[in-house]
Amino acid sequence: MYDRAMSISRDEVVHVGRLARLGLTDAEIDRLTVQLSDILDHFEALAAVETDDVDPTAHPLPLQNVMRTDSVAPSLARDDALSNAPEVEDGLIRVRAVLE
Amino acid sequence: MSELWELTAHEAQDGLRAKDFSSVELTESVLARVDAVEDRVNAYITRTDEVAREQAREADARFASGTATPLTGIPFAVKDLIVTKGVRTTAGSRMLGDFVPPYDSHVYEQLKRAGAVMVGKANMDEFAMGSSTEHSAYGATRNPWDTDRVPGGSSGGSAAAVAAGECIAALGSDTGGSIRQPAALCGVVGLDPTYGRVSRFGIIAFGSSLDQVGPIGRDVEDVATILDGIGSHDPRDSTSDPAPRPDMRHYLGRDVAGKKIGVPREYFIEGMEDGVRARIDEALRHLESLGCEVDTDLSLPMTEHALAVYYLIAPSEASSNLARYDGVKYGLSERGGSMWENMEQTREQGFGDEVKRRIMLGVYALSAGYYDQFYLKAQKVRTLITNEFRDAFTRYDALVTPTTPGVAFPVGDKLDDPYAMYLNDIYTLPSAVAGLPALSLPCGLSEGLPVGLQIIGDVGAEGTILQIGHAFERALDEANRLAPL
Repeated sequence: MYDRAMSISRDEVVHVGRLARLGLTDAEIDRLTVQLSDILDHFEALAAVETDDVDPTAHPLPLQNVMRTDSVAPSLARDDALSNAPEVEDGLIRVRAVLE
Repeated sequence: MSELWELTAHEAQDGLRAKDFSSVELTESVLARVDAVEDRVNAYITRTDEVAREQAREADARFASGTATPLTGIPFAVKDLIVTKGVRTTAGSRMLGDFVPPYDSHVYEQLKRAGAVMVGKANMDEFAMGSSTEHSAYGATRNPWDTDRVPGGSSGGSAAAVAAGECIAALGSDTGGSIRQPAALCGVVGLDPTYGRVSRFGIIAFGSSLDQVGPIGRDVEDVATILDGIGSHDPRDSTSDPAPRPDMRHYLGRDVAGKKIGVPREYFIEGMEDGVRARIDEALRHLESLGCEVDTDLSLPMTEHALAVYYLIAPSEASSNLARYDGVKYGLSERGGSMWENMEQTREQGFGDEVKRRIMLGVYALSAGYYDQFYLKAQKVRTLITNEFRDAFTRYDALVTPTTPGVAFPVGDKLDDPYAMYLNDIYTLPSAVAGLPALSLPCGLSEGLPVGLQIIGDVGAEGTILQIGHAFERALDEANRLAPL
């Protein structure tokens, strides 16, 4: 399974898992390598579809640049916005240092 | 009818208006039914009995004062990714196990404004990723027709609650089939509206170019009534279509003779159960007897690519949407180490296997070196699928297909094979990818389990598919069949 053209290698799973910040365990990495390869193998037929002059669809509606008037209106109160934050100090969300 | 919980929403409305019973009595009947069967079904993550009782009293006041709407006093199940102010909203995830939203979604606001009653927050696959409601951090929901089987997903709690009498109607959400597939497997009616028809404000995001909220009910009239109730334009969702909304109930009861119906042959594939094929063949004959012109000589060759397109685009969008769960602003927060360690621990603990799998698939499809090959390619083929439908709708009023290739499968059957689980959505993915409205309604049983008929409409043509569905339902006498629980 690992040598198929569209399959994903274990190293790639480790790399992608790091990008996604998922903290994957070794067992999860092993399992995902097999499962993602299997899924991607099933998608191989897509490569054969002729799409040279086809525009991509990002969105099914023809709406573009929906604007509203820039008017003042009530918004969520600060205490409500913070009500689910794990750690709050002086009306702000407290976070861990980004740079140690 | 022996019990109030067995009524459809419109039957209940008639009774409430005629003062045959009160909204409080109707709600108490439903709550007692929940008490009786919930331990076997597990349709709810959070029960909201006291909210329901308060809303039922308010509903009775509205009937007394003459301000009732067609949804006033109707007990609803609300899928647990629809945020409800002051009521825990989990999206079926450990990540949001303690999340109490400080605001209401547009659709719940509309239900409250209409005077509806919320019985509870319905179980679902985590973040709406799944086809069996087994991927819920709060235990699997069981199919009320056979509790050894799955109810479908991801809106399995909503569909099972309607079928089991644990509510009268429900709201679900559909990204690739998450309303229609569970509606089919539970023998109820479900509608995925046109993308942009119902506001996504306050809907916990999965695939933003695909997600739509929609109704699940016991018959087509109920589903039409609910869409009228929740479907208003909402400036808080920039993808909410500003076009005027026609009254859906206006379409019901109208003659369907002369309607041109296409039946794409790509939906009748190997792997489709014989019992499903038999019920669909009968359904096509019923549509012909109603005067519809049924054309089975239709080919939509792009159909076969919808699964790959969907399972590249939806996970890509999901990987971006779910990046917000970082343990900082809300939700689960593991706080033992550095910021990066905390983030990884939070996501490792907070997300289940299927969510991790889809995030991985999405991040991979979007990553440098694979973007053109997977994500961009999928977006281009999405255009071809959409164009193929658009061309078909120049010749047909609606397309008719099965909703699923088989009836409800046993619990645990597909859990270890993600691709086999994905195949369950094979008939519901193409219209979702194209943003089209599609209805699933019961068309009989196979081996004692419900089979769903899918009616796909053109952009904005909810009225046409509800009209055809309503006529079909009457001809087949399939409305309001409760599960034999």
